[in-house]
Amino acid sequence: MKSESRLEKLLNAGHFAVTAELGPPKSSDSNIIKQKANILKGYVDAVNITDCQTAIVRMSSIAAASILVHLGLEPIAQMTCRDRNRIAIQSDLLGASALGVNNLLCLTGDHQKFGNHPESKNVFDLDSIQLLKTVKDMRDDKKFQCGEEITVEPRFFIGAAANPFADPFEYRAFRMGKKIKAGADFIQTQIVFNLDKFVKWMETVRELGLDKKAFILAGVAPIKSAWMAKYMKNKVAGMDVPDEIIARMEKAANPKEEGINICVDIINQLKEIKGISGVHIMAVEWEEAVPEIVEKSRLKE
Amino acid sequence: MIIASQKSVREIADNLTKHKRISVAGCGTCVAVCFAGGERESEILASALRMFFKLKSRKVEIRQQTVKRQCEWEFIEELKENIDWADIVVSTACGIGVQAVQKKYLPKRVLPGLNTSFMGMPTSPGVWKERCLGCGDCVLDETGGICPIARCAKNLLNGPCGGSQNGKCEISKDIDCAWQEIYDRLKVLGLLDSMNEIALPKNWSTSRDGGPRRIVREDVNT
Ligand code: SF4
Ligand code: SF4
Repeated sequence: MKSESRLEKLLNAGHFAVTAELGPPKSSDSNIIKQKANILKGYVDAVNITDCQTAIVRMSSIAAASILVHLGLEPIAQMTCRDRNRIAIQSDLLGASALGVNNLLCLTGDHQKFGNHPESKNVFDLDSIQLLKTVKDMRDDKKFQCGEEITVEPRFFIGAAANPFADPFEYRAFRMGKKIKAGADFIQTQIVFNLDKFVKWMETVRELGLDKKAFILAGVAPIKSAWMAKYMKNKVAGMDVPDEIIARMEKAANPKEEGINICVDIINQLKEIKGISGVHIMAVEWEEAVPEIVEKSRLKE
Repeated sequence: MIIASQKSVREIADNLTKHKRISVAGCGTCVAVCFAGGERESEILASALRMFFKLKSRKVEIRQQTVKRQCEWEFIEELKENIDWADIVVSTACGIGVQAVQKKYLPKRVLPGLNTSFMGMPTSPGVWKERCLGCGDCVLDETGGICPIARCAKNLLNGPCGGSQNGKCEISKDIDCAWQEIYDRLKVLGLLDSMNEIALPKNWSTSRDGGPRRIVREDVNT
């Protein structure tokens, strides 16, 4: 074991893992985290805590992750390169580890342009791949990025994101390989709606042997409405929502229920793909959907 | 070259409330080529200011003069007569020129007439694009001659990020993804393999992050 992570243990034991996402509040209200955590408890193996996602100021991901630790849930703290330089990142990692956070997802981060402080400066001292290497070097070599030694090193189970639907498509599996080489132990993908494309991407992933080098959790999400499906297709960079899904949502008498059904259908197909170790359910601001999805797709049996 | 654009006449005039003699100083190099502060543009600015004050019924005299460059002392010298005559100066050079003229002619005030924006070039008529951020440690050899520091919105060294779609950057459908361009370029150059090499964290101390920079050359500095 590389860390004290329960997620790592489960994945190593061959368990099909389920992770979900919890967005910290735009306030200091810890009760919101507790409420959301209670919805997810017992249904998922670990919970991603987003780091000021879409560049909107929210409670610190590490602080929220620490609250989850106290509630007995397994957090995956997300860390982006947008808001911190290598000094702040490493400092926060030491703190996160000391607080009992054992999983870390390393991201470049959304540009601040569409967030609530578009006039801010961004940092991007490191990019996600350099961050992965930094976290791995801290853990495995007990060294800071500058080369200085660490007496008690932070030991994270290290995650990275991969987007099979971004361009150039033929490079996407290779870029994930680069992330694994840099230090990723597990991967969480962008939300899968376009299964054909995902299957094609997974073929390259297997050809490169990457499914043997890291655990790949496929991203899924329930859609609430046809409007949301169209919005994701047209307005969210790096998303691929096929027209069939939009049509299914438009036809549905109960769109919310249909959104969950689509999500369950996708999960059932993902389970059949060789090299997939689990699913990551991104029900942003709709945590209530997670237990239903988990039950309907028989993920916890 | 350095690319700049003009401040609005109103913004400039707001700083000229009590002055009677104004000298507008143009610069004949970069900002002339990008049509922001050369001979022609500074003359137009001078006329626009004359008109502005006339409409306000204010009696203001305005002179205009353009020198070859405002970023070298010998050329700035030529502005002496008109600046001595004026109560205040508006320079339509880049920020470097404004600073140099201000230092040379203290205690006279020198105001910027432009917003200096970036180092770049015209890519089509009326369009200028950023090309270099002066990071002090050039990586163009690794990226097929396309700068990821100036041209990628997140200055990634291991791009493209997950927001790259249809050749465009996640921040705007009007901005090309630099890393898609780098990928395509490396393919043409037969260097695509290098996309699998991890680019290590950059040494930013050679860029502005290391503090104001200077270059000293013993061979020139005799
Ligand atoms: S790598 Fe640095 S020096 Fe080279 S073009 Fe880009 S910003 Fe300029
Ligand atoms: S989309 Fe391309 S240019 Fe934009 S931030 Fe990502 S890699 Fe950089």
